[in-house]
Amino acid sequence: MTALLELTGVSAAYLKARILFDIDLAVAEREVVALVGRNGAGKSTTIKAVMGIQVSRTGAVRFAGRDVSRLPAYMIARLGIGYVPEERRVFPDLTILENLEVGRQPAREGAPTWTPEALFEIFPNLAELRHRPAGQSSGGEQQMLAIARTLMGNPRLVLLDEPSEGLAPVIVEQMAVAVGKLKQEGLAVLLSEQNLRFAGAVADRAYVIESGHIRFEGPMRRLLDDAALRSAHLSV
Amino acid sequence: MGFILVQILTGLSSAASLFLVAAGLSLIFGVTRVVNFAHGSFYMLGAYIGLTLVALFGDLFGRGHLAFWSALLCAALAVGAIGALVEIVILRRIYRSPELFQLVATFGVILVIQDLTLWGWGPEDQLGPRAPDLRGAIMIMGEPLPRYDLVLIAAGPVVLLLFWLLLNRTRFGILVRAATADREMVGALGVNQAWLFTGVFFLGSFLAGLGGALQLPKGGANLLMDFGVLAAAFVVVVVGGMGSIAGAFLAAVLIGQLQAFGVLFIPQSTLVMMFLVMAVVLVIRPFGLLGRPELVGQGRQMLDDPLRPTGWRFKALALALVALLAAAPLWLGDYGLVLLIDILILALFATALHAIIGPGGLVSFGHAAYFGGGAYAAALLVKYAGTPMSLNLVLAPPAAALLALAIGWFCVRLSGVYFAMLTLAFAQIVWSVVFQWGTVTGGDDGLLGIWRSPWASDRVAYYWLVLACCTAGILALRHGLHSPFGYALRAGRDSPLRAEAIGIDVRRQQWAAFTLSGAFAGLAGGLYAYAKGSVFPNEMAIARSFDGIIMVFFGGVQQLSGPLAGAAALTWLKDILFRLEMWRLLLGLAVIAVVLLFPQGLAGFLKARFGRFFGIRPELSA
Repeated sequence: MTALLELTGVSAAYLKARILFDIDLAVAEREVVALVGRNGAGKSTTIKAVMGIQVSRTGAVRFAGRDVSRLPAYMIARLGIGYVPEERRVFPDLTILENLEVGRQPAREGAPTWTPEALFEIFPNLAELRHRPAGQSSGGEQQMLAIARTLMGNPRLVLLDEPSEGLAPVIVEQMAVAVGKLKQEGLAVLLSEQNLRFAGAVADRAYVIESGHIRFEGPMRRLLDDAALRSAHLSV
Repeated sequence: MGFILVQILTGLSSAASLFLVAAGLSLIFGVTRVVNFAHGSFYMLGAYIGLTLVALFGDLFGRGHLAFWSALLCAALAVGAIGALVEIVILRRIYRSPELFQLVATFGVILVIQDLTLWGWGPEDQLGPRAPDLRGAIMIMGEPLPRYDLVLIAAGPVVLLLFWLLLNRTRFGILVRAATADREMVGALGVNQAWLFTGVFFLGSFLAGLGGALQLPKGGANLLMDFGVLAAAFVVVVVGGMGSIAGAFLAAVLIGQLQAFGVLFIPQSTLVMMFLVMAVVLVIRPFGLLGRPELVGQGRQMLDDPLRPTGWRFKALALALVALLAAAPLWLGDYGLVLLIDILILALFATALHAIIGPGGLVSFGHAAYFGGGAYAAALLVKYAGTPMSLNLVLAPPAAALLALAIGWFCVRLSGVYFAMLTLAFAQIVWSVVFQWGTVTGGDDGLLGIWRSPWASDRVAYYWLVLACCTAGILALRHGLHSPFGYALRAGRDSPLRAEAIGIDVRRQQWAAFTLSGAFAGLAGGLYAYAKGSVFPNEMAIARSFDGIIMVFFGGVQQLSGPLAGAAALTWLKDILFRLEMWRLLLGLAVIAVVLLFPQGLAGFLKARFGRFFGIRPELSA
């Protein structure tokens, strides 16, 4: 299995504070991979390190066989990596439709092409709000919008940073369904999660990260079945 | 009744150009977070290029409508292209730098454009061409209104409408609005910000150029247009709310009406009225009529190393420097002494300014008001009270401090670029008062005959006095910044919320520091007045404020010893450049080069190289 995304020996620092140490990580085509760990372990930093935003990093990041570690974020996005940030970062003054327009990129070979209408089928809540400023929608709606906006770029891989954070349980369930649909459409997903139940429901494979080091890599199943492993690295 | 109506229409017509300039400024700031100080220069270029193109097109295509209006449009397009060029060559490299770098770089652009304009079109004021078929006036209820005013009245709303359509109905507009909210996220979604920014600069500069070209038939073109419109545009943007185009329109109309009616009652009062409106708006709505609270930090804070007391070697060096300076009359000629007096006075001025910019974290772009304030205080005392020099030099600092106290009360309510714009606007107002109130201040002719007391009339004696005052002032400022007062000031700069939480009234702290800084600038101004024997409004002008900024910048913002190095560098540089014809151009290019090449400033560069020897820890690269 050749990897779509491959991180080799990646270290990252935020200003002068080093967060990641020598991370190896890979995501295959059509694979959903969860990055789990406690608060502050380095999950979000790993995701930002892929995009090269807000952190300075060393090491190799390869996407679809190409070294992207020296590219600016917009070039990485144009190669087919979609980034959904933890804080969602929707554009509050723009309507839902306008938010989607910002994410729009030309169609891409080897990736599904999205339109606003197709996205409204996956996220029906957004359809009724399409002409409303995004700032007026709820946290769950903004999370859906953030994902939909990223899909407008027709990515091959989606980076989801803490997609279930701060959402009501019923919305978390909808998120899980949505991630399943992305996988069905042929997308690869790398998501960071504190919520092991959510990660367990959607991911094929998992990495456990602790204090900036990868402590475990293997099938999601094994992590769910191994109570000792979980309590060593994940329990608070 | 007709008279009032015509006044209203006149006000609306003068609002048009102001709106175009302010809208461009606001747009550029909204997306790039750069306050383009060169925006007034783009306005001026629009007028001059328009002048040339109207003549050229008139010769080529006859003096019809098409030739005239397409000439104005082409002038605006040319200015837009110049703006885009400035963005690509200079600003694109420093978006991640602190605000001061961008302000200084755009100031360099101002200098370059000033000299190029002078070189291209000469120093005389130029009369604007008349628009075809729009000569003369129409009568409205028995009162005349120039026909061309109708065009200007229509221009404002038309541009506002087109702007709205552009921002809301095109992909470019949607990206611009998105980038105004969160430009990093726009980049992460695959949009090449570099070209978006260039596009925005083109559009913003185009609007400034259009404003300049459109007002040609009414106001013509002159070399003072750049600073004149800049201060007014800042007032409009601050009153309307940064980043709000509709706010800019509203504020421009408001200011236009004030000018139209203010002229009737108290002809010299228009600037004071502008000031009053701005003051009232800021007290009620600190972020302007339609503005929003400032977005803080988009990933460009610098980590500053804490200030440390210097090692004994540095102290020994400083002592040796003072000793060397004290002995200067023994080995330096008259001319050198004059130059040294200037350097010392400006070093004190720069140190005072640095206290508020570096440790205070507030970029004051109008410190000439306090420098000039001190100078005029001393000069006015000589003229109207006949008091001796020693007393006047003692009174100059408190006089300047009083001015800083009043202006600072408004300014410290804001931070970042708002603070910079507001300080500049206030300084421009102070300058105008001095300039226009000729009966008291002598206006443009200045105040002459500020003679030194007999005991200091000798140049060497005065040099020693200046050396003593400036050394004492600089040491006092240094001491203040290493005291709890300075700690609290820096705490407020680095983390306002945490500083508030441990009981520091950040705003009051900044206000006090601003006032103190004004007092020392006033001392420098007083010494300067006696050094020259005269005072002119120039000491208060924007150019003098920029001198201070550049000295601080040359020296490096986070270096306490920087201002001294900066003052020496600038004075020396000017002394060389003044002899050349296009010294502004060269100075501007030098400033831009320093911004791009030495982001730590000259003293920072020296410190990184030689700091270890003097017991100063080298700077960590952020």
